[in-house]
Amino acid sequence: MKEWIKGMQANIPLAVSAMAYGGVFGVLSGNQGVSWAEMLAMDLLMFAGSAQLVMIEMWQAPLPVLEMGLAVLVVNMRYLLIGASLQPVFDGRPLWQKVLGMHLVADENWAVTIAAHRSGGTCPAFLVGGGLLLLTAWTAATICGNLLGGRIVEPARFGLDFAFVAVFAALSMSLWRDRDDLLPWLVAAGLAVAGEQLLPGKLYIALGGIGGALTAVVIEVIKTTKFPTEPGTATDRLAETCEEVER
Amino acid sequence: MKELFQDGAVQAILLTAGITYALRLGGLLLADRLPRIGPARRFLDCLPGTILLSLTVPGALHAGVEGIIGLGACLLIFWRTRNLLLTMAAGMIGVCLFRWLFQM
Repeated sequence: MKEWIKGMQANIPLAVSAMAYGGVFGVLSGNQGVSWAEMLAMDLLMFAGSAQLVMIEMWQAPLPVLEMGLAVLVVNMRYLLIGASLQPVFDGRPLWQKVLGMHLVADENWAVTIAAHRSGGTCPAFLVGGGLLLLTAWTAATICGNLLGGRIVEPARFGLDFAFVAVFAALSMSLWRDRDDLLPWLVAAGLAVAGEQLLPGKLYIALGGIGGALTAVVIEVIKTTKFPTEPGTATDRLAETCEEVER
Repeated sequence: MKELFQDGAVQAILLTAGITYALRLGGLLLADRLPRIGPARRFLDCLPGTILLSLTVPGALHAGVEGIIGLGACLLIFWRTRNLLLTMAAGMIGVCLFRWLFQM
């Protein structure tokens, strides 16, 4: 079977959940005075649910363009890490595939692709297939919501709010490798929960992601050092070892 | 009939879309420049799990008691079946049932 079709199939559960949210979100955008054309442009060009939600909340004339840019930067900072984590999937691929493929990366198809990659490898087409399905579902649902208005039922009534969490938790489970993951995962979860209370936007995701992964690096450095010395900052050690590797 | 794009909308959408795309592609291109072995590799290897967990855990906690119970059931089902659609359906039905039983 073609990889992109497999990617679409693997993302069906998440596309259902994205549609339910897209519908509600579309209604909200209509109420805030966002036109269907503006909504469509956002769906196709930005394709990032939580950042779009933030923009819509700020959508009052005169539009605060720079503030919106800043808010979206904060909310979408996690994509820098998500992009970095896709390096093994795009490894050795031509630049045009990276340039085109990366636009279609959402949380959902990223998570599905990474899980598939861990259990036997995958390719950018799998990611892109999932992205196309999600983009279609998301755009259709938001535009319908925007045009139809308040005729959409609350997703919470059908437990759809929970579907996203359930699927992501299941995907996390398939990313578990061995006991070496335990401490980094605990640190990530702890930092994310704390960061959610303290940091603006979705920065807590970046905080948990970086903190957890750095913990893994520190553990490895301590393990490979014969004489455990005073642990320096993780970035110092990263730089040191990078120099060694280059030599 | 409302106009299709109000003042500043095109600029706002292009700016935020550009920022989002730059972050997506920038992350990938930066990772391409990191060494393939050693701590940098370890960092990238660990990143998917820690990001996914950071995305999930706060949301799960917000779902309250029924969320934690539902999550346990979902993880059990996924562990036995490895089927995402089934896992999602079980999670939804479980939470609906719980809300119907205890919050009517």
